[in-house]
This record gives sequence, C-alpha cells and structure tokens, in this order.
Amino acid sequence: MKLLGKVWKFGDNVDTDLIIPARFLNVWDENELAKNCFTDLRPDFVTTISPGDIIVAGENFGCGSSREHAPLAIKSAGISGIIAKSFARIFYRNAFNIGLPILECKEASGNIEEGNRVSVDLATGEIGNLDTGHQFFAKPIPDFMREIVEAGGLVEYVKKKGLAEQAI
Amino acid sequence: MTITEKILARHAGLDHVSPGDLIEVSVDMALANDITAPLAIKVFEEIGARRVFDPYKIALIPDHFVPNKDIESAEQAKAMREFSMQQKIAHYYEVGQSGIEHVLLPEKGLVIPGDLVIGADSHTCTYGALGAFSSGVGSTDLGLIMATGKTWLKVPPTIKLEYEGTLLPWVGGKDLILFTLGLLGIDGGNYRSLEFSGPVIGRLSMDQRFTMANMAVEAGAKNGIIAPDETTMAYVAQRSSRRPFVCTSDPEADYEKVVKIEVGEVEPQVAFPHSPANVRPLSEVGNVTVDQAFIGSCTNGRLEDLRQAATVLRSRKVAKGTRLIVIPGSQLIYSQAIKEGIVQTLMDAGAVSWCGYLPSQLWTLSRWSPGRPSRWRTGNLDNEQKLYRPDGTSKKRGVSRQSSYSSCICCFGTHCRSGGALNETSGEGMEIRR
Repeated sequence: MKLLGKVWKFGDNVDTDLIIPARFLNVWDENELAKNCFTDLRPDFVTTISPGDIIVAGENFGCGSSREHAPLAIKSAGISGIIAKSFARIFYRNAFNIGLPILECKEASGNIEEGNRVSVDLATGEIGNLDTGHQFFAKPIPDFMREIVEAGGLVEYVKKKGLAEQAI
Repeated sequence: MTITEKILARHAGLDHVSPGDLIEVSVDMALANDITAPLAIKVFEEIGARRVFDPYKIALIPDHFVPNKDIESAEQAKAMREFSMQQKIAHYYEVGQSGIEHVLLPEKGLVIPGDLVIGADSHTCTYGALGAFSSGVGSTDLGLIMATGKTWLKVPPTIKLEYEGTLLPWVGGKDLILFTLGLLGIDGGNYRSLEFSGPVIGRLSMDQRFTMANMAVEAGAKNGIIAPDETTMAYVAQRSSRRPFVCTSDPEADYEKVVKIEVGEVEPQVAFPHSPANVRPLSEVGNVTVDQAFIGSCTNGRLEDLRQAATVLRSRKVAKGTRLIVIPGSQLIYSQAIKEGIVQTLMDAGAVSWCGYLPSQLWTLSRWSPGRPSRWRTGNLDNEQKLYRPDGTSKKRGVSRQSSYSSCICCFGTHCRSGGALNETSGEGMEIRR
C-alpha cells in the first residue's frame, strides 16, 4: 500500500482538542466530524486539503483524550496518512483501529516542509520527498497492522478474517 | 515482577510477563461515556455482535454532556441509554443517580485491587489508585471488548516514582502529580506504567491518590498505579464484597527507571498554559488576576477537595470580578457536601455550585470546558488556564489586580489542566502567591 500526497505540517504535542475540539463531540458521524477537523488552529484546513494529502508532525502527536473521533476526523477529511516524530499511545492504537496509517520517523519529520509532495510505502517504511529527492526510512508497519489498515480498520479486518464469529 | 506486570500476567493466564510482551487479557470492567459509547456501540453492531460478554462487567456512564447541551448530545445519551436497556447493562446510571465516571466507579465499589479495567476515556487510569490496572483506549477497542471481554495489550516498562520526606502545609496529591509531570514532561511516561510509591504516598488519603493516578495519562502513561495498603483496603471494604487480588511489586522487580523525589521542598504547584507539565512552584507564579476559577472534574471533584475549598472560603468572599464555579463529582458527594454545610459555605462565599458533571455546563455557559488546560479545549485561543489543587491559593494576603493574561481561567481539575485560585476578599481580584 502506497501513499502519495501534499504535506501539511504541524508541530509538537498536537492534542486531540486541537484535532477535533470537544464541543464538536456531540456527533459520531465521521463526515460531520471531518467538517471541524483542526477548526480552531486552521479554520480552512478541511476546505483546502486534497484527498490523499499527508500530515507531517513533531513529537507526541495525538496526545490528550482517548477520543477516536480525532483520527476519524482526520481520515474522513481526506488525509491518507500521518508521519510524526512520535505519537501518543492511545492515538496510535486508535489510528490503526480505524484504518488510518501512521508512521514514526524523526528524520522525515525534520526534513519535510509544508507543501512538499511526499510518497510513502507502508510495506517498506520508505518515505520519499519528491520535491527535494530525499529519502527516509521509518520502521515498517508490522504485517498484521498493515492488513488492518488495508482492510479499512479493525472492524473490517475482524469481519474479513471471520474472527467476529469466533469471538462472539 | 512489578505490580502492573503481576496483574497483567494474571489476566493473561500466564505465570510471568515482561515489558514488550504482547498479551491477550480478560477485562473485569469495560467503561464508556456518552461521547465514546455511541461509537463503541456502532462497532459492536458492525461486527455482528448480539449480546455483550457480561452485562455486569460493563459500565456506561452519561457524564460528559450533562445536562445534554443540545439535540445532538441528547441523541448520543439516548443511544447509550437504549443500548443499556436492551443489553441489560447493570452499571448504567441515569442522571440523578450518577456522577463523573471515574468518581462514580470507585464510589460504588465497582473496581477493587487487582482488577483490570479498560475504558474509552483517557482518565481511566484513575483506578490505579486502588491497586488495579486500568487504561484508556478508543471506541473501536471498547466495542470489541464489549463483545468479547478481551483485548490485547503490550506490557509496558515501569517508571517507579518514590516520594520521601514530609509534605509542606497545603501540599498534597495534586501538587505531587503536577510536580512529577514537570519532571517527566508531557510525554515522559508515553507507553509506560508509572508506579507511585514511598512513605509519602502511604500517608495520602484515597481522594488524593485518585488525583495522582488520574493524571498519569497527562505524561502519556498507559497506567498509573499505587500498591494497595490499609487505606485502600478500608476504602474497598466499605463498598465491595468481592475478593480483591492484592499484590505488590517484588523487591527485585525490573524498572526502566527509579526516580526519588524528596517532597520537603515541593511547594504548591501551578500548571501554566498550555500544558499540565508546564508547572511552576507557587512562589514563582507572580500576580495573576483570575477571571474564573473552577473546582470539580474527575481529578478534583471529590469530597476532600470540596472540604478543602470550604475550609479556605469560610467567612471569606470570592473577589469581585472573579467567578468561582464548583461542581461536585457525583450525586453522593453533592449530597454529603450539603449535609456537611460545605455547599452553604461555598454559596455564602459567592461561589456557584450545582451537580452536573463534565464539560457540558461550562461549554454552554461560558464556552469553556473544564477539561484539559489545552487552549484548544476552550474554543478560544486567547484563554489562559492554569491548574491547581482545590484549596487554591486562597491563603494569600495582599491582593493585586495585575494581569498578564487576557482571560485567565483557573481550575482545580485535570479536566482543567489549568489551575484555579480562589480568593479572599479584598474585593479586587486575587493573587496567586502565598
């Protein structure tokens, strides 16, 4: 699975209230959530990104609350993946569970600028900055987690594998 | 093994686990609220589940939008209510018999030492104060747990925090955890277990221990935990008839790091914008005018917090120009606070107090949430929030009306990562210095 898109750059400690403010958690429909993604920091974010674009951020992306609404809002807004120096624990788990691929790579985060076009190969962890020609390598995503992302999230993965029947 | 490793091993059916092991564990209590439950229910239905794994091991608590702030939030509460009725969820508590989830579950004896609790709320780590393993997840994980009673976890490495010495007056659990967050940083505990230990912890009340474990997640931790002792057992014995699994860390347990903290010099702590780890001792805070102070939340809405605030405010008045909002964490706490005269004392001082739970009221009334002192949570990037303990700093003398902030909101919760400060009265604002 490969990603290709334009980069939107964020800093350190981007928390879940920044991604989707708590006052908008009165809905759980992902398309509604997407409308308010990053609304306080970048009010025009949702209307200016293109499907497939990629977020590149600093340390501890997704810290704060456990709300799965955060990765859902990002994914539904059209973002195809996130590269960060590090992710907060619950966000990391939630992102894979809902089928949003995320990669940790300090070098890439430090050497990719807003607006750069970037390619990502989830199988190898290879990240390419198409504007500068630089290449970076993130730790590849384990096979079973890539399968979850490729299935579209844990629900689809469980259904596809027939695990639901076994488990229930 | 550490206490965390022992509880995880027991719930995985293993004799031994080590940091980094991926294990499947059985869950003693699965928790969600009116924001996270609707998504979890959707997942539960999408995977084709028909019945929850055990209706007595699931708690669904309406507490985030209480009272419901609009039609949409009422729909969320309704979805959770209907699911609870349909699945005969034993621990669904309707508004009026309820409270903030992390205040309510211990109060009702639903968590005891040795339990493994997974909740779709980041502050689920609160129950570590009871010597349980508890951790927050998202709604998809919770939906699967409601169906299967199981989940997978990676065994975390543990950072041991040893608190020694004698606390200064007006220094307690909130100050210790804020001080600790200042040491570790906002991601210093990411993926890790924080074990709070040492003689100082042994002398803390349960309410103060809950405050400490609650904020472990503010360092990114998977869980925070305090080994059960006589204080824990006395608390649990009054509330549960279940038999606890009491364990402590082995002396030879492996820790990633051991941090010794001498508390004798630790002053009351204030977390400044915009992070709970951005702490300063009170003596370095300077004069800050407080527009609004809040006491409540899953961090500091317990009876001891209210008692402290009342002690400080007795025969005093909230300063003109400052709003003080107090929200007891549960119906039981509110009732007890009325019986003890605490509510009257607070009202006489000019505070407003009512029983509602988490962010709803403040969003509605002031467009501000008592949640994390993240500036984003307020919806107003100019807001400045600070976090303190509930007795605030009202022990101050001279009062000045200097302000370095355009709009300063203080809270004594986590849900406010800011702090608060009450005041005393000279009628002219307040200062945050002792």
